[in-house]
Amino acid sequence: MTDRSLPAPPQTPESAPFYAAAAAGRFLLRRCTQCGRTHWYPRALCPFCFGATAWEAHDGRGTIYSYSVMRRVTPNYAIAYVALAGGPTLMTNLVDCDFDALRIGQPVRLVFRPSADGTPVACFTPD
Amino acid sequence: MRESEAMSINGKAYIAGAWEHPTRKAPDLSLAQLHAECAAGALADAGLTKDDVDGYFCAGDAPGLGPLAMADYMNLRLRHLDSTDLGGCSYIAHVAHAAAAIAAGKCRVALITLAGRPRSEGSSGTAPRPAAGGVPDAAWEMPFGPVTTNVYGMCAMRHMHEYGTTSEQLAWIKVAASHHAQHNPHAMLREVVTVQDVLDSPIIADPLHRLDCCVVSDGGGALVVVAPEVARALARPLVKVRGAGEAMKGQDGGAVDLTYSAARWSGPAAFAEAGLTPADIKYASLYDSFTITVLMQIEDLGFCAKGQGGRFVADGNLISGVGRLPFNTDGGGLCNNHPANRGGITKVIEAVRQLRGEAHPAVQVKHCDLALAHGTGGLLGSRHGAATLILERE
Repeated sequence: MTDRSLPAPPQTPESAPFYAAAAAGRFLLRRCTQCGRTHWYPRALCPFCFGATAWEAHDGRGTIYSYSVMRRVTPNYAIAYVALAGGPTLMTNLVDCDFDALRIGQPVRLVFRPSADGTPVACFTPD
Repeated sequence: MRESEAMSINGKAYIAGAWEHPTRKAPDLSLAQLHAECAAGALADAGLTKDDVDGYFCAGDAPGLGPLAMADYMNLRLRHLDSTDLGGCSYIAHVAHAAAAIAAGKCRVALITLAGRPRSEGSSGTAPRPAAGGVPDAAWEMPFGPVTTNVYGMCAMRHMHEYGTTSEQLAWIKVAASHHAQHNPHAMLREVVTVQDVLDSPIIADPLHRLDCCVVSDGGGALVVVAPEVARALARPLVKVRGAGEAMKGQDGGAVDLTYSAARWSGPAAFAEAGLTPADIKYASLYDSFTITVLMQIEDLGFCAKGQGGRFVADGNLISGVGRLPFNTDGGGLCNNHPANRGGITKVIEAVRQLRGEAHPAVQVKHCDLALAHGTGGLLGSRHGAATLILERE
């Protein structure tokens, strides 16, 4: 199956460290140094308490919270929310899989896929 | 006057003018012309002129910087301007904002306009819309192709997973809209459809079929909200603002829950201000970008328990003269019109028609004295605004 070409993410100063780590194969998220909670998407200020946040690594394991296969365009693609194990839920694409066999609750793992300008973005595939 | 009354918009303003542009495809009209034709139509409906307008409200569909370009095009002399943009439900919120401004003495005759030409311009729900620079979520979401259809699709998938909602139940929402649209000569889709027709239409984004989606249309509409003494001096039926609520829902820092919408907050706020309950409502205009939008709003507004929306909408329960909750008797966005890809103003317009007794006789709700208009804006499954408005025929 031909995967859809992924548009490059429009970067900001807040996203640059994530994508630099992604280029080295590491998946990061942010944890608050004040309330201790992780969140998504990564922010300098904790969305729960406005405390300062810091990067930490996550192993990229999770489960499908919901998904929808876009059938109207070619190639089809599967947008999803994946609930990271012990962490937040993030928007992503499900790749390298049979779209007709996907189901909510299915275990998935992170795979970086290059976007249009080469920046790797965090996709997931069935585990 | 008690403090609680002083702080409410209940009874402080009336909708005196409401007008929907008849066009559904307008390649030869400019966007500004469409807005101005809607303004002229609503003012004529109210029995007012543009010289009476001292407050103007519009949202992101208006060309130019906020309200400035359109106010200049129409050559309005204003003392109150508001371009709050909550996406498609903005105009429902504008009625409440206009009522608050009128109650505070900031204006007496507020004009609200919406217009757009997405059909002529080739916009659709399967193509990404350009994002402005600096949008904080874009770095994390844009590569994944969140358009309209698939983000609403994820809401429907989760609702089905949690509550057993079926495509057949969602299809009933389209069926009801089509029953109403057959009586609207301006509606884009006037053919009555069946549940099977919806299920047989191609899947756009799982689990939503083509007939679960609203139309893409050109057009527009306008409203005129006025102070009580202005309304009483006009010849039109009195449609009073009883209550309103607004809210937004995002991703809660990653604690994503797609099973409910911001109507969970805007609805109770509106009912509390109005001193009413869902059981009092005779007619509801509900934003119908997709069938799932309607179903979730019905639950969140309290017309049925969470998770029971599928059962509630089935078997014609939304059809005027048949079911418990007649909705979108103009055919709604699903069949009639979705100008500028923003359906909020047509929701208020049809509620006003119902309260005036000016809906098509085949769909007019008997003794329609209390109506609700509710909308969402943005994307239901990522971040959206919501606005609820409760109106009464006095």
